[in-house]
Formats: sequence, structure tokens, C-alpha cells
Amino acid sequence: MQYYDLIFSGFGGQGILLAGEVLAHAAMLEAKQVTWMPAYGVEMRGGAANCTVVISSERIGSPFAEEPCCVFSMSKPSLFKYQGRIKKGGLLLINTSFVDPALITRDDLESICIPASEIAYQEVGEHKMANMVMLGTLVRASAVVSLGKVEEAMEEIFSGSKQKALPQMLRALRCGYAWQG
Amino acid sequence: MQKIFARPATLLDTGFHFCPGCHHGIVHRLLCEMLDHYGLRERAVGVPGVGCGVFLYDYIDIDVCEAPHGRATAVATGIKRVQPDHFVFTYQGDGDLGAIGTAEVIHAANRGENFTVIFVNNAVYGMTGGQMAPTTLLGQCTTTSPAGRDSRNDGYPLHLAELLAPLEGVAFAARVSLHTPAHVKKARRALQRAFETQLEKRGFSFLEFISACPTNWRLTPYQSVEHIEKNMLRAFPLGTYKDTGAPASAAAPEEEDTANAVL
Amino acid sequence: MAKRRMMRGSIALAEGAITAGCRYYFGYPITPQNEISEHLSSRLPEVGGVFLQAESEIASINMMLGAAAAGARAMTSSSGPGISLMQEGLSYMAGSELPGLVVNITRLGPGLGGIAACQGDYWQATRGGGHGDYRLIVLAPNSVQEMHDLAIRALHLADQYRNPAMILADAILGQMMEPVNLEPPLVEIPPKPWALTGARGRKAQLIKSLYLADGEMEKHNWKMYAKYQRLQEAEVMVEEDLEEQMDLLLVSFGSCSRMVNSAVALARSRGYRVGHIRPITLFPFPSREIREASRRVGKVLTVEMNTGQMWEDVRLAVHPGTLCRLLARPGGAIPAPKEIFEEIEKFVRAGDHFAENIC
Repeated sequence: MQYYDLIFSGFGGQGILLAGEVLAHAAMLEAKQVTWMPAYGVEMRGGAANCTVVISSERIGSPFAEEPCCVFSMSKPSLFKYQGRIKKGGLLLINTSFVDPALITRDDLESICIPASEIAYQEVGEHKMANMVMLGTLVRASAVVSLGKVEEAMEEIFSGSKQKALPQMLRALRCGYAWQG
Repeated sequence: MQKIFARPATLLDTGFHFCPGCHHGIVHRLLCEMLDHYGLRERAVGVPGVGCGVFLYDYIDIDVCEAPHGRATAVATGIKRVQPDHFVFTYQGDGDLGAIGTAEVIHAANRGENFTVIFVNNAVYGMTGGQMAPTTLLGQCTTTSPAGRDSRNDGYPLHLAELLAPLEGVAFAARVSLHTPAHVKKARRALQRAFETQLEKRGFSFLEFISACPTNWRLTPYQSVEHIEKNMLRAFPLGTYKDTGAPASAAAPEEEDTANAVL
Repeated sequence: MAKRRMMRGSIALAEGAITAGCRYYFGYPITPQNEISEHLSSRLPEVGGVFLQAESEIASINMMLGAAAAGARAMTSSSGPGISLMQEGLSYMAGSELPGLVVNITRLGPGLGGIAACQGDYWQATRGGGHGDYRLIVLAPNSVQEMHDLAIRALHLADQYRNPAMILADAILGQMMEPVNLEPPLVEIPPKPWALTGARGRKAQLIKSLYLADGEMEKHNWKMYAKYQRLQEAEVMVEEDLEEQMDLLLVSFGSCSRMVNSAVALARSRGYRVGHIRPITLFPFPSREIREASRRVGKVLTVEMNTGQMWEDVRLAVHPGTLCRLLARPGGAIPAPKEIFEEIEKFVRAGDHFAENIC
């Protein structure tokens, strides 16, 4: 049985909710059960953005993650808020363009520190695509879904009028997937 | 022998429950004459508010939907949006429209909802037993203003026709009275304009009828007519406040009526 | 299998209503349900419908009353404070036997409260809510799929029984995305010979709730009561996850049942024999199912995101002598699966004294 829960967190405008949605969409395309739960309202004050994604081979109960398998963090406050909750041996991804790796206090995790904004700027010419770079790295490190399905998910989400951004997004994703640190 | 006066076909052959000297019966009859005139029986829906007018369905032979107190214009909005080619009107008193339903009528008017509001203003809550209404005159004694309406405590009579006329969605707004045969004739013409406004799909139409409530005014029917002439028309000037379908000159309030009222 | 789409609960619900043939929406903005109106404001005109933003919830519900009187499938949506304002109209609709769908994406309360997920509107929803002797048909989804499916079901039930229906959900269900199977449209709107379509070729018709003559209102109340009895007989929807032998039965509804599902799985993995009943219709309430299951188990734990509202219905329903306990988290708190599991563990092991109530 597969059960994998993740918290995507950072500031509004970083594409946090979108990164979670792409992953959730890919899980659906793999015929898995999946939930995507955004934080909203009061929790959003101060510009924070986060969402929880649960992927499972079985029917999902709670759409929340008390002890997530993985935290995807693009801001300092979100690292402070969530790193203590990650399951032992879980995965922590931080964007070092925003978060100092020295702030990681857990040593019982697999921590991946990726300069995602720099990579996005150098490889795609758009630092805002850091979320997709991070997602690519997350997909490789967690193997929770296949890269192919994530690409397919992005093609479905960015269809019609949103298609223009797709090639850049896919490139950013693949850069993140290939990134070796 | 030639028949020169008959019951309108849509006016059911039954006695009114209205008190002697009440003008609701006249408004009902005028409405029926107009429904007949335009052949609207088969596509009309009436929406009475809560008050003495609620029994509309006992007297007029058309489809009728009761509305919660004050909400007739919201209910009529729903009916008209589903059936835009039907003829829809509300029938509301001063408490229903001028107090509890003020928000609903202002917004229906402002949206330019293409239906007709029949507003019967007798300056008192009739059905509940003579309490002060938003249109009660200053100094008028009611069961809740026993010493007379005092502006320091109760504010002033609300002028609905004047309030609604400036709204851009309103195509027709007028005030008429029913206290003499001549005024009834004028009221009939104004009602016809209101009907035409809706039938021509020009927007919201509003017709206010100054009418008598002898029972709650504690006056005889004759004294009530005098009260309208002397007091009501002074506070509520008659006239057409807006008519987007009329030539520009006709849109001004009818001077003569206002002048008469002051006599 | 039909293609699954990733959708938010609010959007799935709105699409379900369109699938069910609902073409009229009247509403007033309030968080956390704005996604429903925003979506319908563009979708309804596309399908030849009408979206109208009203000046208040009082106006919304009465516009819906008018649209229903004219024979249309119509809906509105709001949240706690707005639903409170609609109670007048709902009472009139029930009294006039008019169908319609009201969606309550609840907030915290009383008062302005807050916008987090909560189940504090259970009483208001299931007890009628407005004045007079009536009920709403109340459906409580617990997934995005059910937000879609139950919107369709609610509109059908409302028409079938000529009574307003309510979807009682919360921000968890409204905001969450899950894969949804969008059923191919299979819409049967029953004929509505009572609708006010103009008296063409028939007698004039009347829709009203005023009954002044002697005995008229009592007759009408009994007629409505008989309708609610028929609903109780025929339309109960419930999800039962029971075992042959059980140490404990859980009862929960809506979003809260998702946390209970996780707790049940955890408890079973630790060897506890627990069952779970989830009322999907809150009115009619699955009293019979709860009575039968409680007769076999003897201990019932109700879990709710309020101070214990459905618990009253559970206690009325259980087999005599059943030990009852309540795990309640009001005010926006969400009971964690672990917390529920700990309560399960304690209740299973404890003696009778642990029960808060022996019914």
C-alpha cells in the first residue's frame, strides 16, 4: 500500500499551490487516490501560502498531514513551521535562493537544498519557475509519481490560453529532475 | 339595451373583504381592467406582499404567488427572470414596500427589473391594526404614535415615487390618487403607462396609489376623502416623476394635481 | 470508467447543479463559498441560464422562491450568517411546498465567527431553521465527488418532494481538490403542473403559505408531516463500514468523517474491531441503521466539529442501554485521526463509567 503526504509551503506568488496541484494531477493520472487541500483565509494572512497533498493507493481519509512524508519549503517561516513535523526519515526540500540551509535543525531527514530560483533563471530565464524546478527534484527524490505523468499533468493544466507558458515550465521541471546538487 | 359598465373578466365575481371606504377595491378593479385590455390573463403572475392586499388571489383570476413580508420584488425578480415574456407585477402596501422591503424594491428598481410595482400608500399599517407606517404623516395619530408622528422620534414620511424615480433602472414612476372619479380616471391612465412600460420591456415601472384607510384613520369614508385632499396630497404630490416612454414635456410632475392638492 | 478530473469541491458542486438542470442562481458574496458563485457567474450564461448577484441573502432566497414558483430548478449558496438571513424565505418555501437548493458552506459561529471548517450549523439545518413545523432535506457530502453527486441528488429530491433541500458542507470540502467522475447528464425534471406559468387553458393557480380558516393549517402541517415520513422511509442515505464483531461504533458526518475514516483504519491496524456509520442524509436521519448497529455493539462514539449537535440524534436513535460518548471539537478545530484513535482506545478498554450517557 502506498501512502504519501506532502506539505507545499512558501509565500503567495511563488506558485506553491500550483506545484501541489501539478503533483496531485499527476497522481490522478496514475489512477491513484489523491487530495489537494489549500490553506485559506486567516492562515493566508502575511502572505503565506501552503497546501497539503495526500497520494494513496487506497481511499483517503483525512486530507491533512500531521506528520508529512515530505515538506517542500520556499520560505523561512514555512521551514520553521513545518520542519519539526516531518516524519522521521522523511524528505525536506528547500529553495536555497530564499532559505538558508543552516536553518535546517533536523538531522534525521533526507534534506535537499536546491538553488531553485537561480537554476530557473539560468536555464529558463525566469526565476518564477523555481516551483517547477523544485517539483522536478521532488519527483526524482520521492519517486511518488513518474516524471512522465507530471509532464502529462502539466500539459492538461496548461492547455488552451495557458499553453504559452508550458514549454518553459516543462524545461524547468526537467532541470529540477536532472539536478544533482 | 346597451351594456356600458361591466365587471372585468379577470375580476372574480365575489365580494371584497375590504372595509367600507377602502380604496384597495378600486386598485383591484383598475388592475383587472388593464389585464383585460391587454389580454394578459394567460400570461400574468401577480405577487402580493403581506398586508391587506395579500388576498389578491381571492379577487383576480390570474396566477398568484404570495411573498414574505417585504420580499415581493425579490420574488417577482425570480418569476420574471424565468419567464421574461410574462406580465409580472407586485402589489404592496406602505409597510411592506416602504419599510421592511425597502432594500428589495430599491435594488429591483436599480437593476431595471422589467416588472410593475403597484404601491398602495394609505399611510398606516392596515392589516395589523393601524400602527405607524413609514409614510404616516407628521402629526398623524396611530396606535404606535398616539400623540401624533413626531419627526424628532419617528423621522419623516418616506416619498417612494420620488426616491425611486432617479434610479437609472426605473422607466416609469408616478403617484396618483383615487379620492375622486376624476382622479380614478387619471390613475387608470397612469396604470396603463405602467403596463405599457413593462410590455415594451423598458424596465422597472412603479405606480403609487394614495388611498384611504377609514378604519385605521378613525374617519368616515367621506372624511377620509377630505383628509386625502387636504393632508395626504400636501405631503405626497401627485404626478409622473419619470416616464422614459413619454415625450420630454410630459415627464414633468403634473402641476395642476399638485396645485389642486394645496387648495 | 469515465475520465476523472481534478476539481475543487465548490466547482464540482456548481457543475453538478448545472448537470441537474439548474439554470438559475441567486446569491450574495460571503466567504468561504464565493468560488461557487464566481464559477456560476460565467458558467450559467454559457448554458442559457441566469446568474444574479442579489442585494442580500434575504433577496437571494426570495428570488429563488420566485424562480421555483415559476417552475424552474434554482439554487443559492451561502455560509452561516447568510443562511441565517435565509431562514424566513426557507420557511415560506417549505410552507408553500416549493423546491430549491440551498448550499451552506459553513463558517464558525455564533455571530460573525470565522471562516474555518465547522459543523455548528447542524441544528439549524436539520431542525428546519425558520419558524413553523417543517424540515429541510439535508445532505452532507464528505468528498469532492459527493459535492458533485449530492448537488444533483438534492435538486432531484427537492423537486420530487416539493421541499427545499440543503447541502451542508464546509470549507474543507469547498476548497479541497480531488478527482471527480462527472456523470453523463441524466436529468429528469418532473412535470410541475402547479407552477405559475400563466393561466393558459387552465384555472388560475396560487402558491401560498397563508392558512387562516379553521383547521386549514393543521391539515397542511399533517400533509407536510406525511411527506417527511415518506422521506424517512424512502430516502435515507448512509455509508456503513461495519464488521461482523465490533467493540465500538463510530458515527460522524461530512468532512469530520474523513478524519474518522483515518482513525478507523489506524484502529483496525492495531487490532481494534470498530465500525463507522456516516449519515449522508442528515434529514432524513439514518436512525434505523444506527439502532441496528448499536444493538450489536453496545458502545457508540460520536465525533463532530461542534459541541455535540448530531449527538442528540444519535442518542435518540441508539438501541436502549447503549453506552454513548462524544468527541467534540467546535470553533474551527479539526479532530486529528490520532486524537480520535486515542478516544477509541480508551472507550473500548474502559468500563461503563467512561460513557457520558447511557441511552
